[in-house]
Amino acid sequence: MIRSVVMLLPLLLAGIAHAEPSSDARVSGYHGLGDELRALQDDDFANPGMLWVDRGLRAWETPAGAEGRSCRDCHGNPESLRGLAARLPRWNAEMERLEDLDGLLRSCISERQRAAPPEFESDALLALATLVAHQSRGLPLAVDVDGPARAAFEAGRASFQRRRGQLDLSCADCHDRYAGARLRGETISAGMINGFPLYRLTWETLGSRQRMIRWCNQAVRAEPFEPDSADALALELYLAWRARGLALESPAIRR
Amino acid sequence: MALSARVRLPERATRGEVVEIRSLVSHPMETGFRVDSFGRRVPRRILVRFSVRYAGRLIAEMDLRPGIAANPYVAFRFVADRSGELELRWQGDDGEELIERGQLEVSDP
Repeated sequence: MIRSVVMLLPLLLAGIAHAEPSSDARVSGYHGLGDELRALQDDDFANPGMLWVDRGLRAWETPAGAEGRSCRDCHGNPESLRGLAARLPRWNAEMERLEDLDGLLRSCISERQRAAPPEFESDALLALATLVAHQSRGLPLAVDVDGPARAAFEAGRASFQRRRGQLDLSCADCHDRYAGARLRGETISAGMINGFPLYRLTWETLGSRQRMIRWCNQAVRAEPFEPDSADALALELYLAWRARGLALESPAIRR
Repeated sequence: MALSARVRLPERATRGEVVEIRSLVSHPMETGFRVDSFGRRVPRRILVRFSVRYAGRLIAEMDLRPGIAANPYVAFRFVADRSGELELRWQGDDGEELIERGQLEVSDP
């Protein structure tokens, strides 16, 4: 009896270690939704995120700024940007920093249209971002983390593991170690960011990846990152790499 | 976000056919019960009425309340009995109004 328990012990320990979900188990948050919300996301008419795609399309056609140019004048159809959102954030060699979808759109608007770029998280910016991300729907996330982006990527990876806030939790504490477990009424997500910009029922509106990161930081009572800061973009790069291979779903629906 | 709607209206039907209207309108449906980060009350701003006219007749009417989530989605079916204009109208409590129109052609079977 004693001998069999002793023999079982290593197996049990191995079993416990194995039960911890590793970050290699990449599952879209789509699978954490109920049937009704999955149906809502899949319905291109009723999906409320499509309101932003519509609005983005109107903005796409509208000339603006000192140049009096529309997005279409340079880029043609929005479809021409298929694939772009799946590769962001990326290193901008000229600016020597990372840029994500929102930052890229803002610099394009200010440099090529010579118009005042819309504020982060404004409906005007979210609309264009959702339109562009929507073009990459179905494509796997594939960010480049080698070369000049490497240092930022490593900083993002470290940030993911760093405990923060009054609750003293790291991202990994919840989204690696306890992904799929219950936190009161909610299932803890695996923290995959393949649906953004997405419509979040908690917000009753659409939000960017950075809004979600900010929300998470506030949830553990940590000081949120400065908007568009190196810290914020580094974590976004790591999260995009962490969700590599998952199909982009924007505009997704999440709780 | 400025008021805008996605509507899917039937364009053609045979007389007596049951057809569907689907609509999704962008609206914050701010309840008036929430406070902002400075503790100030966010003023109520909701849609209060949705109505549909078909060939001059009122065929559907709905009162909306603060408990309805943002960006209300409404769909319903009705019997197509004559050709005519469909008019969807949303009215907000601050006087805002959005109207979407379409033409329904009804033919004999």
